[in-house]
Amino acid sequence: MTNTTQAPPGADQGFLARAKRFLARAKPTLLHIAQDLGKNGIFLALIAVVIFFAVRTEGILLYPQNISNLIVQNGYILILAIGMVLVIVAGHIDLSVGSVAAFVGAISGVLIRDLGFSWWMAIIAAIVVGALVGAWQGFWIAYVGIPAFIVTLAGMLIFRGLALVVLGGANVGSFPDEFRALGNGFVTNLFGEFDVDPFTLGIGAVAIVGLFIQQIRTRRGRLAYAQDVEPIGWFIAKLVLVGAGIMWIAWALASFKGIPVTLIVLAVLVLIYGIIANRTVFGRHIYAIGGNRHAAELSGVKTKKVDFFLFVNMGVLAALAGLVFTARLNLAGPKAGDGFELEAISAAFIGGAAVQGGVGTIAGAIIGGLIIGVLNNGMSILGIGIEWQQAVKGFVLLLAVAFDVFNKRRAGGR
Amino acid sequence: MRSITKTFPGVKALADVTLEVGRGEIHAICGENGAGKSTLMKVLSGVYPHGSYDGDIVFEGKTVAFRDIRDSEAVGVVIIHQELALSPYLSIAENIFLNNEVKGAFGLIDWNKANLEASKLLARVGLRENPTTKVMDIGVGKQQLVEIAKALSKRVKLLILDEPTAALNDEDSAHLLDLILHLKEQGITSIIISHKLNEIKKIADSVTVIRDGKTIETIAKSDVTEERIIKDMVGRDLEHRYPDHTPNIGEEILRVENWTAHHPQDPSRVIVDNVDLNVRRGEIVGIAGLMGAGRTEFAMSLFGRSYGTRISGKVFKNGKEIKTRTVAEAIDNGLAYATEDRKQYGLNLIEDIKRNISMASLRKLVHGGLVSDNEEFKVANEYRKSMNIKSPTVLAKTGKLSGGNQQKVVLSKWIYSNPDVLILDEPTRGIDVGAKYEIYTIINRLAAEGKGVIVISSELPELLGICDRIYALSEGRITGELPIEEATPESLIKLMTMESPR
Repeated sequence: MTNTTQAPPGADQGFLARAKRFLARAKPTLLHIAQDLGKNGIFLALIAVVIFFAVRTEGILLYPQNISNLIVQNGYILILAIGMVLVIVAGHIDLSVGSVAAFVGAISGVLIRDLGFSWWMAIIAAIVVGALVGAWQGFWIAYVGIPAFIVTLAGMLIFRGLALVVLGGANVGSFPDEFRALGNGFVTNLFGEFDVDPFTLGIGAVAIVGLFIQQIRTRRGRLAYAQDVEPIGWFIAKLVLVGAGIMWIAWALASFKGIPVTLIVLAVLVLIYGIIANRTVFGRHIYAIGGNRHAAELSGVKTKKVDFFLFVNMGVLAALAGLVFTARLNLAGPKAGDGFELEAISAAFIGGAAVQGGVGTIAGAIIGGLIIGVLNNGMSILGIGIEWQQAVKGFVLLLAVAFDVFNKRRAGGR
Repeated sequence: MRSITKTFPGVKALADVTLEVGRGEIHAICGENGAGKSTLMKVLSGVYPHGSYDGDIVFEGKTVAFRDIRDSEAVGVVIIHQELALSPYLSIAENIFLNNEVKGAFGLIDWNKANLEASKLLARVGLRENPTTKVMDIGVGKQQLVEIAKALSKRVKLLILDEPTAALNDEDSAHLLDLILHLKEQGITSIIISHKLNEIKKIADSVTVIRDGKTIETIAKSDVTEERIIKDMVGRDLEHRYPDHTPNIGEEILRVENWTAHHPQDPSRVIVDNVDLNVRRGEIVGIAGLMGAGRTEFAMSLFGRSYGTRISGKVFKNGKEIKTRTVAEAIDNGLAYATEDRKQYGLNLIEDIKRNISMASLRKLVHGGLVSDNEEFKVANEYRKSMNIKSPTVLAKTGKLSGGNQQKVVLSKWIYSNPDVLILDEPTRGIDVGAKYEIYTIINRLAAEGKGVIVISSELPELLGICDRIYALSEGRITGELPIEEATPESLIKLMTMESPR
C-alpha cells in the first residue's frame, strides 16, 4: 500500500482513493489466497518440481508420451500410498507392502500359467489373497497388540520368502492381453481414429464438469449452513486453473495412446478413498484413533476393529499394486516390489502425514507420490545415475518433512 | 518484574505486568485459566528468552536477561511446571541430576556419589525413598517432591511452582505445603501459582491477582480473604460459588449391584469391591473418596470395561438389566463417562471442536451412508453457543483452548450422545472459578432435564455444593451414603478413610 500513497503529486486523487478502497476490499481475499497457498505448499512444490525438470529437460518431461509414462510408471506406488497414508494416520506403519505385492504378483502368475485361471479369476483370487494377508497382519497388530512396525517387518521377510517359494526361484511371464492391460493398456479410439483422441478429451471434459458440480454443491451446502466460504473470485480462479490442468493432461494423453487403464483404476480409488477418509464413520474413526487413541476408545470407537480392517484394506491395495506391476512388466519375478514400501511411505510423509498419526490426506499422499515420480522420471531423462537419484529423493523427503514441521511451528502449534 | 508485556501472534498475553516478590517470602499468584500466570512465570524463568518480551526482570537488584532456562537456573531461579518433567523410566537420582550430573574421575558419572547426594536431598524434602527407585514406581505426590529435590540440587534461591497440588490428594498437598514453608525458613523464596484459595490463605505472605494479562492488585497476608481474591479474579462478585439447584427427583434410572473389578496387571488385587449404588432421574449423586479409593476405576470398569479384569456385577437401567461390555454398548445403553484427564483420554487435541463433539455419535450425522459435514458444523455451532465455548469458530483446534473450554467440549460431546446417565469424573479439575460455575450450571441443567448425573470429585466443597446425595468410597468399597442434608466435610472424611475389616 505504500507505493500507492507515494504516487506522484500530479496523480488523479479520485483514482488514488478508488485504488485504496479496492485494496481495502481485496485484502481479505488476498489474505485468504496467501493462507490457501501456505496450506497447499506441497501442491506448489509439485508444480515447482515439474517446472524445474521441464526446463532442465528442455521440455521432454512434458511430452505427451512422457506424461503418459509418468502415470503408468507410478501407478502402483500411488495405489500403495493411498492405503499407506490411512495406516500412518492411524499411527501405524506398513513395511510389508512391497513383499506382499511381489507375493500376490507371483500367485497371480502361477494361477494363470500353471492352473489355467482366466485373467479375471486370477485378479479376484489375487485380491482375496491380499485381503487374507492383510487379515493375518491385522490380527497380530489389532488383537494381539504387537506394534505394526514389528508385524510388518516380519511380514516383509515372510511374504518375500513365500513369493520365492511360489515362483520356485524363477520368473513367471507372458500373460493374456486382458491381464496385461491393467499395467499397459489404454482406452482409446472408441470414436474412431484421430490424431488427438476425442474420447480421451471427452473423459477429461466429463471429469472437469464433475469436479465443478461437486465443488459448487459443496459451496452451496456450506452457504446454506452459514459457514465461511472462500471469496468467490478465488473460488472460480482455482476451478479454472484446476480445470485447465486436467484438460491439458487429457490433451497430452489424447495425443499419445489415450487413457491408461492404470489411471482409471487410480482415479476410481482416489475418489472412493477420498470419500471413505472424510465422509464415512470408518474414515473418521481412523483420524480419531490417530489423534488420540484413548479418547477414541472412550468415545465408543472400536479401535481394534478399525486397526484390523485398515490392514485388510492395505493388503487389498498391495495386491492391486502387485497386479498392476506384474501386468506392466508382463512378468512376476522374485525381486518385484523391492523398495515399494519405502516409496509409498515417503509419498505419504512428503504429502503431509504426521509420524505421530492423526494427520494426513489421500490427496497429499498422491501429490507426494507424484513428486517422487517426477523426480525419478526427470532425473532419468537427464541421465543422472540411480545412486544420485536415491540420494536426492532422500534429501527431498527430509526437506519436505522439515518444512512441514517448521510451518506448523510458525502457525503457533507446538 | 517491571512492566512485562508479552504478545503471541494475535494475542496479548501479558500487558504491562509488574510483580514484586520480597526475599524469603511465599508469594502466591492467582488468576483464571488463561489470565497469563503461567506465561508470566515462563518469562521469569527464561522459557521465553529475553528479547521475546518487553520490560525488565530485576533479580537481587540486578537487571537480568535470561536466554534460556540454564541462564535462569545459574542464578538460582527454578521453575517446576504443572506437568512434571521427570523421566518415568529413570531412577530418582538420575532424574535429580539429569543435565547436572555428578562427575567423578575422567568426567564419567560417579553414581555412588550421585546416589549419596540424592539421598541427602530427599531427606531435605522429607521423602523416604531409595534414590535408585524408578520414578514411575512412586506416586505423583512423591514425584512432586523429587522435582523439588531436583530444584534444591541446583542451589535454588527462587522456586516457582505452577499449580503444584493440582494433581495431589489432600494429604500429599498438606505435606507439600509444609515443605514450602520449611524451605522458606531456609531462606528460599517461592512463587506459587494455585487455584486453591484455601491453600493460598494458609501459606502465602502476599497474593498477586492477575486477570486478562494485567495485575489487578497485590494483597498482603493480613488482608487476604477468599471473597476478595475471587472478586479480583473474575472481576465481579460471585454471590454463590454454586448455582441454586432445586432437585426434582423422579424414579430410579440406574442401579449397579455387586460391582467388582480387579487390577489389570495383578488380578489378585480387588480394586472395586462389591459396589452397590443407584441414581434417580434428575438426581446429582456424588462419589467422594481419596486418591486410590477406586472412584475412577469403578466408573471406567462400568463404562465398557475400560479398566480392570475379572469384572462382575449387574447394571439395571429403568429396572431392566443392561450390559456394558464395550464402550459402544455402554453408550448405546445411555451411559456417558467424561474422564478426569481431558487431554489424555477425553479429547483429540489436534482436531477441531466440531470433530471432537461429534466423535461419540458420528452415526447420528450419517445421511445416505456418508457423514454430513454441514450438519456436523451446525450441531457443533449450536453447542458452542449453548455451552458458551469461548472460541470464534468450531474449526479451532481443541488443543488451543483453555481447560474450561476444553471441558465444555468434552461435555458437549457427551450431551450430544444423548445419554440417560452421565458420569462426570472430576469435571472441574484444573479449570478456573468462572468456568467452574458454568460447569455446575450445565450439570444442574442436565439434572433438570431428567438425566441422572454421577459426579466424582476430590473437592468436598464441590460435592457438598452441587449434589443431592453423596456416596463415600474407601479402598474400593462403598462405606456410606449420605443425603445432602446430613453430609458435612467431617462426616464424609470419616467415611472416606474408613478401613475395611480384615
